[in-house]
Amino acid sequence: MSAPVATETFDNRVAFAEELIALAREDERIVAVCNDSVGSSNLVQFQKEFPDRLINVGIAEQDMVGVGAGLALSGYVPFVCGASPFLTGRALEQIKADVAYSQSPVVLCGMSPGMAYGELGPTHHSIEDLSWLRAIAGLDVVVPADPAETRSAVRWAAHAARPVFLRVGRFKVPAVTGDRPFTFGAATTLRDGSDVTVVAAGTMVSRALQAAEEAAEQGVSVRVLNMSTIAPLDEDAIRRAMAETRGIVTAEEATTTGGLGAAVAAVVVTERAPVPMRLLGIHREFAPTGTTAFLLEHFGLTAGDIRQAAIGLARTDA
Amino acid sequence: MLVADPRTAAAWRRFRQEFADAGPERRREMLRERANQSRTTDLHMIGRAGLGHVGGDMSVLDILTTLFFGVLRVDPEKPDWADRDRLVLSKGHTAGALYATLAASGFFAEAELETFAGPLSALNGHPNRVKVPGVETNTGPLGHGLPVSVGMAVAAKLSSSSRHVYVVLGDGELQEGSNWEAAMTAGHRRLDNLTAIVDRNRLQQGARTEETNTLDPLDDKFRAFGWDVLEIDGHDHLSLYDAFTAARGERPTCVIANTTKGRGVSFMEDRVEWHHKVPSAEQIVTAAAELAR
Ligand SMILES: Cc1ncc(C[n+]2csc(CCOP(=O)(O)OP(=O)(O)O)c2C)c(N)n1
Repeated sequence: MSAPVATETFDNRVAFAEELIALAREDERIVAVCNDSVGSSNLVQFQKEFPDRLINVGIAEQDMVGVGAGLALSGYVPFVCGASPFLTGRALEQIKADVAYSQSPVVLCGMSPGMAYGELGPTHHSIEDLSWLRAIAGLDVVVPADPAETRSAVRWAAHAARPVFLRVGRFKVPAVTGDRPFTFGAATTLRDGSDVTVVAAGTMVSRALQAAEEAAEQGVSVRVLNMSTIAPLDEDAIRRAMAETRGIVTAEEATTTGGLGAAVAAVVVTERAPVPMRLLGIHREFAPTGTTAFLLEHFGLTAGDIRQAAIGLARTDA
Repeated sequence: MLVADPRTAAAWRRFRQEFADAGPERRREMLRERANQSRTTDLHMIGRAGLGHVGGDMSVLDILTTLFFGVLRVDPEKPDWADRDRLVLSKGHTAGALYATLAASGFFAEAELETFAGPLSALNGHPNRVKVPGVETNTGPLGHGLPVSVGMAVAAKLSSSSRHVYVVLGDGELQEGSNWEAAMTAGHRRLDNLTAIVDRNRLQQGARTEETNTLDPLDDKFRAFGWDVLEIDGHDHLSLYDAFTAARGERPTCVIANTTKGRGVSFMEDRVEWHHKVPSAEQIVTAAAELAR
């Protein structure tokens, strides 16, 4: 049994911080704004090197996003960093009005999303962020899967000159994207397959690859798409999956109500010949207490769960 | 939902009676000892769980102990009693301090503390009212406790209840604007049944509060919003007791309790890294010895 996925794992915040510092050295317009989160946003080194360009507004997320918008409207490139639940939930209206509607080129960096803060509980879990932000016009929503993709997404966002939300994972993941850089708006096929497609993002991508490997041993051929841009969605990749495979499984460390699964489903149902789907994620439920790993298992988000869902679809004659 | 522990509740009742009958020096000693026991309990909980917010727990424990063991009209065996006083821990990351205090008061069995932050435990890293008796509202995101407490105080007025609402705020937490919206409402409505206690330890998660986003002059800010303000030593139990029970005017009261983060443990005191660092087994032994003095 050869696992396709490396066992060494990485905290994407490290890649995030290194790339941000590299960018800041090249470009004086790069600034970071945070909410008493210099440590948790991994900005300690940034602060050392660019003390003037780190604006810590304290525990004040609405202020933080507003300040970010003001900086952006004055020619700076702000990376606004805070724990994703508070950045997105607390400042949702600022994100809508000051960033997206005003078209201020702010890079909103949602740190430690999903259930990264396992035992700290649902107030600290950021599982609604994708649904909330996907609903906002003109805001790009990007979820890199591993350190390499995080780096290229940070670099892209710095030059995108438009409102972006970047979901920067803390839960450690293996490297999966290899030398395929982040391409805005495009899903990347990490493994081809002909029976079922798994569309995954962030932490779920390596699990999907693992699931595909295991499914192959059971004679089921699974395609794995890394959907690192959630909005706007790569609809063509979904349509191809529908034409070339017989079902779609989505996997996300987020609520399925409005997140990646819902986005994919919206494409699927508009086709003349939709395929059956399984949406893996969290279904309108606050998590019990537990570590991130425990909760991912609790909510059926392991490689084994993905494999089962894929094999289940492959064997349904829908 | 956890349930009350009748034996501990009975012990708590005896403590309250003895406290009521005692003179000032004895009272001070009783609360000091009680708070330090909770500090030790809390350190063990955090050590076992491998997480927690120890600095803010040590900081707030004299406030919580004075409230639960000297002031609050509550009944651990009837946590839903309508006319009970309300205590809202707005700085919800210091759930450990609240759990240790609630368990010591008999709201639930002390053995439950061993599950703190474990899989499926009721004792989450942040308090949940649905699971834990004595918790009045869920907190964790900062800046929520004061608005909810204003609602509770308005409700007491509407239903002509004499219950009093106490809310404990972090000083860093006051950087959230929602507090000032609520402060304005409380002042405007002259909510004399509301006491906000600011745990003024001058540290937040990553740095000193005054270096991050200045709060001083904090007393003037609250006065300007229509509050009475008292500034006291937040580790002096008698000052806390007096501030919480003082005759009230026609305005809400803000008690600025000057405290030390990590209070009682020499190597933690006033050190920012102890916001959520986890003490080693050895450090816990050292700390417990200091607290037993
Ligand atoms: C809205 C929100 N933003 C950020 C955080 C992360 N956070 C948890 S504790 C803390 C510092 C709190 O400082 P303070 O209120 O002074 O509490 P204390 O120092 O007494 O622990 C921060 C920023 C949070 N819980 N909620």
